[in-house]
Amino acid sequence: MIAIVDYDTGNLRSVCNVLDRIGAEYCITDNHDIIKAADKVLLPGVGEASSAMQKLNERGLCDVIKGLRQPVLGICIGLQLMCRRSEEGNAECLGIFNTDVRKFVPSPADGVKVPHMGWNEIKNLESPLFKGIDEGAFVYFVHSFAPDVCEGTIATSSNGREFAAAINKDNFYGAQFHPEKSGAIGELILKNFIEL
Amino acid sequence: MVAKRIIPCLDVKEGRTVKGINFVGLQDVGDAVELGRMYAEQGADELVYLDISATHEGRNTFTSLVERIARNINIPFTVGGGISTIDDAARLLDAGADKISINSAAVRNPALIDEIAAKYGSQFVVLAVDAKQIDGVWRITTHGGRRLTEKELFSWAREGQERGAGELLFTSMDHDGTRNGYPCDTFAALADTLSIPIIASGGAGSVGDIAEVLSVGKADAALAASIFHYGEITVEELKKELRKQNIKVRL
Repeated sequence: MIAIVDYDTGNLRSVCNVLDRIGAEYCITDNHDIIKAADKVLLPGVGEASSAMQKLNERGLCDVIKGLRQPVLGICIGLQLMCRRSEEGNAECLGIFNTDVRKFVPSPADGVKVPHMGWNEIKNLESPLFKGIDEGAFVYFVHSFAPDVCEGTIATSSNGREFAAAINKDNFYGAQFHPEKSGAIGELILKNFIEL
Repeated sequence: MVAKRIIPCLDVKEGRTVKGINFVGLQDVGDAVELGRMYAEQGADELVYLDISATHEGRNTFTSLVERIARNINIPFTVGGGISTIDDAARLLDAGADKISINSAAVRNPALIDEIAAKYGSQFVVLAVDAKQIDGVWRITTHGGRRLTEKELFSWAREGQERGAGELLFTSMDHDGTRNGYPCDTFAALADTLSIPIIASGGAGSVGDIAEVLSVGKADAALAASIFHYGEITVEELKKELRKQNIKVRL
């Protein structure tokens, strides 16, 4: 059973839909015991980092997440919350990954747009998460902030500056892109996570 | 660098995709989910579904269609048409839409952009603008180009960005349906003044037109309907041609 952490940050529908398509069992919950007992934990989310952190705090989920021993995957904001801090709303985050989240700087002359929206290549792939995925594969991103490359970076991408597209530390994984929206490649990455 | 996106646009009426020139003489070209899935398999980067139903019943049908699309399609999709309140946006978000596009309603009530962006994020809001050139000035129009407003394209686009739109979808009503290409100078000037991505729409008659708006016109994405719906070229063929012209696309 996969626990999808429900902390009231927008739409969980697309994550549920992709898990349905790949035939994975899941529940949406903010119950501490269910989350702790799950085989895998997904921390999705769209929205603003400081208010998302506040919602995790209000539900007492910060220590629960930090204490998990099973594989955990943060997606987009979910990944950012697992970093030390984010420039978005000056949010103090969970500090699982040893890096900070910084805003992209738009540069119209170089075609650097903010938000970074669309399909971009992931490189320097180093993880069972990317089993069967080619170097330079395209995945779907939608974000204005991104984590700096750090120890534990298992994929990089670039939008004006290089950033960590995926990070792993111990049982914790984070993807800055949206596997649930990245076609067949995204589905494979989620299957790989489920098989960890 | 992010790849340039190719976005087929599907007009939907009563749950079925249709496309006609200026919505006159509509011709049914298939099931909305099946057609969308076919485009996704061909390599479409996103899809846009526009609800052109005029009735309340049609709107409800569209919402259930959006749920079906979200369950079956594994790439992002935008929905538009008739969204005039935050409740409309919420209903479509709940149904599974990744983004909504707003057009006339934002012209009538610009604060709608702020409201939706504040609640659901800028990535959820595509500001669609239809404009035509009057005495050398690009003026915003509504109602499919039939009503001229006082707003000017560049200032409205900047205002939309400041209010929280995450993307701009620009259609020149002087070019839409002509298949003579896009006003690339205007697209390039927009790209120089905005930091959000720009989607070019309306006017594509050939691969060359799309290549031009993505290179000279500096657009981030091209949206097209007829050239795909009538099978003139597949999304995959188009992207291969674009790659030959050194335009970065996902293949």
